Amino acid sequence: MLLCLDSSAVASAALVTGGGEVLGSFASPDTRSHAEVLAPAVRALLADRGLTGADLGGILVGTGPGPFTGLRAGIATARALAFAWDLPLHGLMSLEAVAQDAAGAARAAGHDEFLVLTDARRKEVYWARFALAEDGPRPVGGPGVAAAGQLPELPAYGRGAGLYADRLARPVAEFAEAQPTASSLGLAAVRRAARGEALSPDTTPLYLRESDAKVPGPRKRASA
Amino acid sequence: MTDGPLVLGIESSCDETGVGVVRGRTLLANTVSSSMDEHVRFGGVIPEIASRAHLDAMVPTLRAALDTAGVALEDLDAIAVTSGPGLSGALMVGVAAAKALAVATGKPLYAINHLVAHVGVGVLEDSGIEGFQGAFDDGLPRGLGALLVSGGHTEILAVEDLTRDVRLLGATLDDAAGEAYDKVARVLGLDYPGGPAIDAAARRGDPTAFRLPRGLTAGKYMGSAEKPGPHRYDFSFSGLKTAVARVVEAYEAEGEPVPVEDVAASFQEAVADVITRKAVLACTEQGLTTLLLGGGVAANSRLRELTAERCAAHGIELVVPKLSLCTDNGAMVAALAARVVAEGRAPSDLGFAVDPSLPVTTVSV
Ligand SMILES: [Zn+2]
Repeated sequence: MLLCLDSSAVASAALVTGGGEVLGSFASPDTRSHAEVLAPAVRALLADRGLTGADLGGILVGTGPGPFTGLRAGIATARALAFAWDLPLHGLMSLEAVAQDAAGAARAAGHDEFLVLTDARRKEVYWARFALAEDGPRPVGGPGVAAAGQLPELPAYGRGAGLYADRLARPVAEFAEAQPTASSLGLAAVRRAARGEALSPDTTPLYLRESDAKVPGPRKRASA
Repeated sequence: MTDGPLVLGIESSCDETGVGVVRGRTLLANTVSSSMDEHVRFGGVIPEIASRAHLDAMVPTLRAALDTAGVALEDLDAIAVTSGPGLSGALMVGVAAAKALAVATGKPLYAINHLVAHVGVGVLEDSGIEGFQGAFDDGLPRGLGALLVSGGHTEILAVEDLTRDVRLLGATLDDAAGEAYDKVARVLGLDYPGGPAIDAAARRGDPTAFRLPRGLTAGKYMGSAEKPGPHRYDFSFSGLKTAVARVVEAYEAEGEPVPVEDVAASFQEAVADVITRKAVLACTEQGLTTLLLGGGVAANSRLRELTAERCAAHGIELVVPKLSLCTDNGAMVAALAARVVAEGRAPSDLGFAVDPSLPVTTVSV
């Protein structure tokens, strides 16, 4: 059983079994309180089912992309839990969670390729491109950060597509609010494992943007 | 070795990732990973760079501190973390990690005030540097004041009771002293961080070469002991910084070389003078008979010298912790928390938020 965390958009946590059953999940209603809500959510998820760290087989965390501060809260939580419980730690790109959720609808609509978009703020989206195979979506492009108008004309799922529906060729309205969640991330991981792909031990955050720091230019004159 | 609670403390409010382990008043580990080198080319701490570095350094620093202390997480009586004041994104990394450790171990978690922790470090045995009074061996003295000077803060505190009654007497209204050092170093073409660079240059310069302003020392700000003005114990370094820039520009306009060492010495004198004058004034007027000097700028030779001289002249006992305990670190967080735990105070609710401007009156959240 995996304890799954994602804080690339909302803060979320879930317990997902190797068979793809979600035993419990939590998702915060907002995108700004990750460091407050995540740890209490994990504690409650385990306590409600009488579980401890010893019952877990590993920890999975969404590595983004997502707004930096929130993203770090989830990764810091996952790393510290894995350290304290001495459990294997895995990372998975967060947009896989939305692709997992969108796969059924995409298949029904006959889309064999699609985009997942989330809000990158500053009038941009985080994006990834997926191809729909027999055994589920596979990432074939990205992740990246771009203005919505610059993306290929593919069906677009997720909150980023909802925000910029007017600049996209094929936004999917039913998924206009969809965000990555830990439960869907866990299911995406189970699906990958089922087709023989090992989970990555890499939890390096996908920032995709440099920090805003600028090397100072020539100094301004005090007496000007 | 003292008895008392075994506490692990995490600090991430600025550019140092610190993890310390303390048993009662005994320091067992003080591991610090600094991102200072990554800020050099920007001439100051860049919050996002600091936050990224905290995330990378957190678990390795934690592991190293536990190894050094020779304890396991399950041995701990409590976990403590700085929840403010500081850089919000940086604080968030330490707080998220600390909460996760508390969940994983079931240990109580204490959210601790960073500024008060700078004072709390003084309770550790052997915390003092040579030549100055060390730890508060017989418990905290009555009438304790603290002067905290660093890149992030410049404050005068009155510490009636370390765990429940701390008051802010004065603070900087603009730049922290360490920040002023960094900015002036840049104007003078000296290295970052500015503190050591200016200190070194100033040693060869004449501190009386330029008469530079002492911020907030005019009568309208100071008032009198009976009728204190609005900023009697407060600081401002922005005018000083501008005055230095004007001096430098005047030389440049004349095509003359800037007398860097004299400017550095005059600047350093202005900073040390106004800080120590106000701190000693606060001590004498508020009945503070012991002063703890903390923060990274406590390493500054002139500030230490002048503080010692003026404290001695006014019968104030000066306490200066070792430099490794003056700069930001996790041991100070653990040391203060050990005190809070020993007094039976309730742990923090796991849902607490970071508070970038946490007031000193909130010692633990
Ligand atoms: Zn500090």
